[in-house]
Amino acid sequence: MQNKTALKDITLFVGFAAVVLCLPIILEPIGANYPDLLQKIAIFGIFAIGFNILFGLTGYLSFGHAAFIGVGSYMTLWSFKLLTMNVVPAILFSVILAGLFAYLIGYVSLRRSGIYFSILTLAFAQMCYSLAYSVLTPITNGETGLQTRAIRTNPETSLLDADLRIIDQAFGVLENGVPTTNFFGMAMSGYTGFYFCAVLLIICFFIAQRLTRSNFGMMLKAIKSNQNRLNYTGIHTRPYLIAAFVISGMYAGLAGSLMAATDPIAGAERMQWTASGEVVLMTILGGVGTLVGPVLGAGLIKYAEQKVSSWNEGILESFFSFLPETLQHLMTNIGSLFVGEGWHTTLGLMFMIIVIFLPGGIMEGIQRITNIFRRKSNKDAKGASAPQPAE
Amino acid sequence: MDAIFLQVLNGLDKGGAYALIALGLTLVFGTLGVVNFAHGALFMLGAFCAVALQRMFSVSYERINEDKQDFLGNPLKEQISYMVDWVGEDAAAFLQDYSVPLSIILAALFMAIVGIVMERGLIKHFYKRPHADQILVTFGLAIVIQELVRHYFGANPIPQAAPQVVSGAANVGSWVGLGENVIYPWWRLVYFVFSAIIIFGVFAFLQFTTFGMVVRAGMQDRETVGLLGINIEQRFTVVFGLAAVVAGVAGAMYTPVLPPDYHMGMDFLVLSFVVVVVGGMGSLGGAVLAGFLLGILQSFASMQAVQELLPGISQIIIYLVAVIVLLTLPRGLMGRKGVMED
Repeated sequence: MQNKTALKDITLFVGFAAVVLCLPIILEPIGANYPDLLQKIAIFGIFAIGFNILFGLTGYLSFGHAAFIGVGSYMTLWSFKLLTMNVVPAILFSVILAGLFAYLIGYVSLRRSGIYFSILTLAFAQMCYSLAYSVLTPITNGETGLQTRAIRTNPETSLLDADLRIIDQAFGVLENGVPTTNFFGMAMSGYTGFYFCAVLLIICFFIAQRLTRSNFGMMLKAIKSNQNRLNYTGIHTRPYLIAAFVISGMYAGLAGSLMAATDPIAGAERMQWTASGEVVLMTILGGVGTLVGPVLGAGLIKYAEQKVSSWNEGILESFFSFLPETLQHLMTNIGSLFVGEGWHTTLGLMFMIIVIFLPGGIMEGIQRITNIFRRKSNKDAKGASAPQPAE
Repeated sequence: MDAIFLQVLNGLDKGGAYALIALGLTLVFGTLGVVNFAHGALFMLGAFCAVALQRMFSVSYERINEDKQDFLGNPLKEQISYMVDWVGEDAAAFLQDYSVPLSIILAALFMAIVGIVMERGLIKHFYKRPHADQILVTFGLAIVIQELVRHYFGANPIPQAAPQVVSGAANVGSWVGLGENVIYPWWRLVYFVFSAIIIFGVFAFLQFTTFGMVVRAGMQDRETVGLLGINIEQRFTVVFGLAAVVAGVAGAMYTPVLPPDYHMGMDFLVLSFVVVVVGGMGSLGGAVLAGFLLGILQSFASMQAVQELLPGISQIIIYLVAVIVLLTLPRGLMGRKGVMED
């Protein structure tokens, strides 16, 4: 039995890695093979996997994960500005800082559960968001957003408008204008950027898989199903919860850092609570508590966002051109509610439909369909083997 | 002293809005046991009822006036609103002027329908689902409502004027003997009085009518009330409608204070949830108390002197208070035992 699950895990992991690495080829036929979108899919995949470690395993619904995205983004940008354009230190610092942040927020919020926990995390995230716009403007550059700039020549210039890049300067890297972010010389844009994110996504997936299968993961699931009983058995659940919260915060920090690494600008709008809502939706859409689900949800939503928001009335009109004219106009008018600028309407509707009809997400849908087929084939198999005597 | 008094006044109208939204949230939570993330959207819908009514009053057609000429010498084209044709010049001007207070009627009717349809069509099916599901589905609904409003009314805030009579500022200082420099907009005073009346109305309705008694009994023990042969579900639908109406009229009356835009619902929702939690989940009095308290605290935090001492405090004070209250008083200020204690 043990071997069987292990084998299953390995197959799942290898399959996942293969699919992620071949994503450009797979997405080619549906017109989604461009690096910008691919990077987003990989980055939000990491974010959703991390969110799922908390929400899927322990059942604690956090509405404040966008705060860690923000922390990761800002930290990465400061690393670019002060140290080097290489992404490795930036990512390391961001993940560590996001982890520390998550520890602080988690330490306070995890004293409560249920809806109180959701509101506490929401309150903290909104606090970070407001502060980034007001008091912390010397660090965050307010509404303009933090950006990488050219090396400082005049020591009077504020660090927001000019960079130091101590390490790069020490190594004598020649800079012509604002340099691009790199991974030991490889520019982090286009397909290189995507493959960098994809490799990290695969590593994150592996870690999440190991976590889920470990005793620690078992404990988290136990917390989800009955925390009281665990308390009665004398197990202190808070350390486990804090650990899960910190891990998922670090995942979010990594995602935020990668966002800043592939597109070196950081703004506070990434921390708004709608961003937290988006990752919840990704996880739900894919399937809460499953390993592949959140990544699938993230990919689907990012793809749909790109596609649906690019449609306009002209496309709709040609789409409904087979209808009589009045009907065509009517359908175009109705359709225009949901496309282009109205992409969020579609998102909200999708959200509702999934929660109402398929609370387990796409993965549950797949499960149901395969179950139907399996039952059928089982019946066939039984029918065939019925006449033979039992062994 | 003047400054402190003025800040308290400043907090009252905002506190009134928080209290009205939080009241509805708590009412729905206490009776139906549903966490409604779309409540802010209902507040926003109410505000847009005022906008819609104002636009309805000014729907106009073009008429060519042969007697007058414009600066090019052509016959002047005049915009005549239908209202002028129907009820005469003076009455039309009166209606225009009083469109915000009049919109209460429209908002109440419209929100009652929206509330009942929402409860029967969607919320009803979520009584037995976990709170996380309720939060998520109402969150999705809130996004849909918000985006539909944006589609029809645009993304920019739409300023609404208060009636001429109350457009100026009241010299509140001289009433209470604090000198002439304590002045305060009339409309905000009106809003405070209005919210107080609504709050008392809701409390009186729950306290002194048979219907209210049944609802309160249902909040305590739903099953027993059902066993007594009372159709509690029907009552709860009405309660949901009532909560929607309260949020709607609160939004409609708030438009002269804050020009409504499509995301004001979300902004107020987050704060109102904090208010409900600080007040204590399921406690109506707590929600009202916390609403006014946080409104006043927020206006104190935005004072110049406080800003210099602790920059940025005005934006985070509410969340800070929420964190402290939740950690020290787990049930909030006036929370009942046994509500949401998992």
